[in-house]
Amino acid sequence: MTLSLAARGAILSLLILALFLAAWQIAVSGGGSAPAMDPEYAKLMGQSAVTGHSAMPGPADIARGLWQALRDPFYDHGTNDKGIGIQLAWSVARVAAGWLLAVIVAVPLGFVIGMSPLLGRAFDPFIQLLKPISPLAWMPLALFTIRDSGISAIFVIFICSLWPMLINTAFGVSSVRTEWLNVARTLEVRPIRRALTIILPAAAPTILTGMRISVGIAWLVIVAAEMLVGGTGIGYFVWNEWNNLSITNVIVAILIIGLVGMALDQALARAQAAVTFPQ
Amino acid sequence: MNSFISIEAIARRFGAQPVFENLWLGVPRGSFTCMIGHSGCGKTTVLNILAGLDAPDDGVVIVDGRAIEGPSLDRAVVFQSHALLPWRSVLGNVAFAVASRWPDAPRAVVQARARAAIARVGLAGNEMKLPAELSGGMKQRVGIARALSIDPKILLMDEPFSALDALSRGTLQDEVRRICTDTDQTVFMITHDVDEAIYLADRIVLMTNGPGARIGEIVVNTLARDRTRADLHRQPGFYELRNHLIDFLVTRSAALRDTMPPGHDNRHPPEIRLTPPRSTQETPCAVNS
Ligand SMILES: Nc1ncnc2c1ncn2[C@@H]1O[C@H](COP(=O)(O)OP(=O)(O)O)[C@@H](O)[C@H]1O
Ligand SMILES: [Mg+2]
Repeated sequence: MTLSLAARGAILSLLILALFLAAWQIAVSGGGSAPAMDPEYAKLMGQSAVTGHSAMPGPADIARGLWQALRDPFYDHGTNDKGIGIQLAWSVARVAAGWLLAVIVAVPLGFVIGMSPLLGRAFDPFIQLLKPISPLAWMPLALFTIRDSGISAIFVIFICSLWPMLINTAFGVSSVRTEWLNVARTLEVRPIRRALTIILPAAAPTILTGMRISVGIAWLVIVAAEMLVGGTGIGYFVWNEWNNLSITNVIVAILIIGLVGMALDQALARAQAAVTFPQ
Repeated sequence: MNSFISIEAIARRFGAQPVFENLWLGVPRGSFTCMIGHSGCGKTTVLNILAGLDAPDDGVVIVDGRAIEGPSLDRAVVFQSHALLPWRSVLGNVAFAVASRWPDAPRAVVQARARAAIARVGLAGNEMKLPAELSGGMKQRVGIARALSIDPKILLMDEPFSALDALSRGTLQDEVRRICTDTDQTVFMITHDVDEAIYLADRIVLMTNGPGARIGEIVVNTLARDRTRADLHRQPGFYELRNHLIDFLVTRSAALRDTMPPGHDNRHPPEIRLTPPRSTQETPCAVNS
């Protein structure tokens, strides 16, 4: 019996996961007596330091934490105690807002830059200069001018989403095959119809690639941005749990950040597949 | 000669080097003209100027009494690389052209017209396929259907069959000949296949080598108009015509570039009618238009 490559890959994945969990469990359950310790310091460090158990939670703790988090994800017990679902919703909403704003700006602007070699050259130095700036470097400027931490976070997402979409849209539009444009010319297709029926479908796969890169970067940046501005969001949640010394919740949050990022990427991958045409 | 298309003293230069200068050519209405010449002599450049996709540096092209100022729905182009839109189905590609020609036509009319054009090139049943699912010959057929669907006054084709295998090239030649003679379509086609030109063309324009290419002569095809591809080589005069064309391509196209015969007039290139073989005269006689 020979299994398909996909099935064998899945089995191997499960095996790697099992090995990893086992190693993790062994690593954290190590005994040993606690070294003599200043009681004041021991109190500060919590129970685990005194009993000699590792402060690092094991896989079972994480599973329990995950269950706790997912059983009631939307509870709200005040500023510093909200369910992980609420915090995620805040983060996703900020990413969606900033990313959509970037789509609204980058796609039309990229179209214009891609269609006009002159504007392409004119904008190029600015794009090259602004693109490598870490989006978080904009944060103080955003806080100073916008004076609202939530909107500042959205602005940072907007900035980091902008460049990949702008560059990809301009590239996709400027590299539409001449023969397709010639078809439009010989059929006397007007500019608006040409943009919508020839250039947009031809450039759509490249534009979607830019959108997919953007949403990935935006999801990376939102965690850091929310750690900075605080208040709500999954980034703030992670920081808050670190302050509570709840490593279990930190790891639970890390897992969930990964899952949501994967879901966002997959959604854009679907959209990308939908507009990609066989050559 | 009352020309439907009249190329008058056009020149095209890329840099200092002229592709051609002072080029004159008339194409009668309803005729099938083939242009033959070596690679790089400027055939595509001529066709692009006729299509309005390129503009001459000097001179004008007059079509039906009006100077060409750009591309037009009256002049349909069949591209060498078929140039189908890969994200549209066969029907979508043809309907795009029909909707461009008649922007106010109802959708049902556009679709019906597109389907009719697809059926005319023998592709009925393939309407919903994407270009990627078609063979090279089928793609080129869609390109022809797209061009014919808009009822153009002139059909321009740039080596439309050169990328195809011999078998599909043959069937496509049959179809193009049938459609074009049925409808008295004015056609200007570039080819480098001598037999294709003999089968399809009423008039064969022979270009000398570039740079600075000229029209060496225009050969009038005197073979029977009801010729078929199968009996082409049995037509009286076929071999004389074929030898004449090959002779031009092999030796005279190069020789003529350097020294044009005395009395050559760019405006009136010699028009050659090979006499039928049964007659006593075997030498070609030049007839000035
Ligand atoms: N866009 C262009 N820029 C520079 N040279 C060109 C361009 N297009 C064609 N040429 C030159 O003009 C000549 C004629 O080209 P073309 O019309 O394509 O020849 P053909 O179709 O007969 O093979 C060639 O020497 C080619 O290199
Ligand atoms: Mg060519």
